[in-house]
Amino acid sequence: MAPAEPLTAESLRLADPAATVDEIAERLRESVYKDLRRRGAVVGISGGVDSSLCAFLCARAFGPERVLGVLMPEGESASDTLDLSQVAAEAAGIETVLEDITRLLEAAGCYERRDAAIRTVMPEYGPDWRAKIVLPSLLGGSRYSLFTVVAESPEGERREARLTATAYREVVAATNFKQRVRKMLEYHHADRLDYAVVGTPNRLEYDQGFFVKNGDGSADVKPIAHLYKTQVYQLAEEVGVPAVIRERPPTTDTYALEQSQEEFYFSVPFDKLDLCLFALNRGVPAEEAAAAAGLDTEVVERVYEDIERKRRAAAYLHAPPLLLAELERSETPA
Amino acid sequence: MQSPDAIEQEVRRFLKDNFPLSADGVVLDRDDSLIEVGVIDSTGVLELIGFIEERYEVQIADEEVLPENLDSIANITRFVGEKTAASNGAG
Repeated sequence: MAPAEPLTAESLRLADPAATVDEIAERLRESVYKDLRRRGAVVGISGGVDSSLCAFLCARAFGPERVLGVLMPEGESASDTLDLSQVAAEAAGIETVLEDITRLLEAAGCYERRDAAIRTVMPEYGPDWRAKIVLPSLLGGSRYSLFTVVAESPEGERREARLTATAYREVVAATNFKQRVRKMLEYHHADRLDYAVVGTPNRLEYDQGFFVKNGDGSADVKPIAHLYKTQVYQLAEEVGVPAVIRERPPTTDTYALEQSQEEFYFSVPFDKLDLCLFALNRGVPAEEAAAAAGLDTEVVERVYEDIERKRRAAAYLHAPPLLLAELERSETPA
Repeated sequence: MQSPDAIEQEVRRFLKDNFPLSADGVVLDRDDSLIEVGVIDSTGVLELIGFIEERYEVQIADEEVLPENLDSIANITRFVGEKTAASNGAG
């Protein structure tokens, strides 16, 4: 059903951010204390706006003394990742632990396996090279999205090669170690403190499957999974996430060459995609969404299709382990 | 050079062998959109490209990776026919 008000870029802004913050804090307390019966929260902080906002919301809900921020940089993290993570934690007033995960990743063969996969399509790719995976923009035409590896030699020379299906899967499987190792450490700290693990995806990421199953997709509670990215920025400003974090472009921070989320997964700028997702969820026709987002109707139609396609692919990521028979059991007393 | 019928049979066999949904009793019409029916996803497109390049010894350029060339059995059959003809002509 279309909303009564015509769609504009302002449509998904929260009317009362302060009230939304209070509501989330209340629900976090209920979820963690009553449902999960844990006494605080662990948040993996990346220096991005999502995890920073989660740290602030947890500090608001439980008190900063019951929140632990885990900082988990690795050899290929952006140079400002650690600094920004510390800025966020300090501003939220929470304690942190630093866990450099480089050696764990080396032991798992993360870098070695990934580099071997890249070399199958780019034989000259060496250990000192840096790489990222990019998708062409959906704004450009009706081509299928093809994953391309972009690599830079130590001398600064750039090369590009289209990934084969096998190479793509190998690269993704290897780099997924990063998110899974981080989650393992978050649960380590949660276990020793009797805390719950907080997942930090926003609505776009959650809906579209932009997370690693049993990696950053794993958590006990996800306080901002219902918020559009635009709303995340709004709340981040409301709770006092420092401007240096709010003004940083969204990044995956997964590959050594700097890579925006747009290049890797979303194919259109997040603010436009945010509005398209909101419009699609409300049954707004592509033509009206196009006018609000400043895009051509054809582009919005492609974005709508892409959203539906990613949702289908994300079903596997969201699926819990499937049981093949119903389990009979007695009622657990409350 | 293979006939369109032979190409179509090979494409159908490739889809059936490699993508679970098409193997699960789903009969694809020649014009069904493979993406819309859910037979292949974006990684599946890469697999399809790999299959065509290897089996028919042709190179597919990025600008040819279009739904009108790859999104249905009819489109793939026509596209492969054109590519192999061009390749034979060039060779």
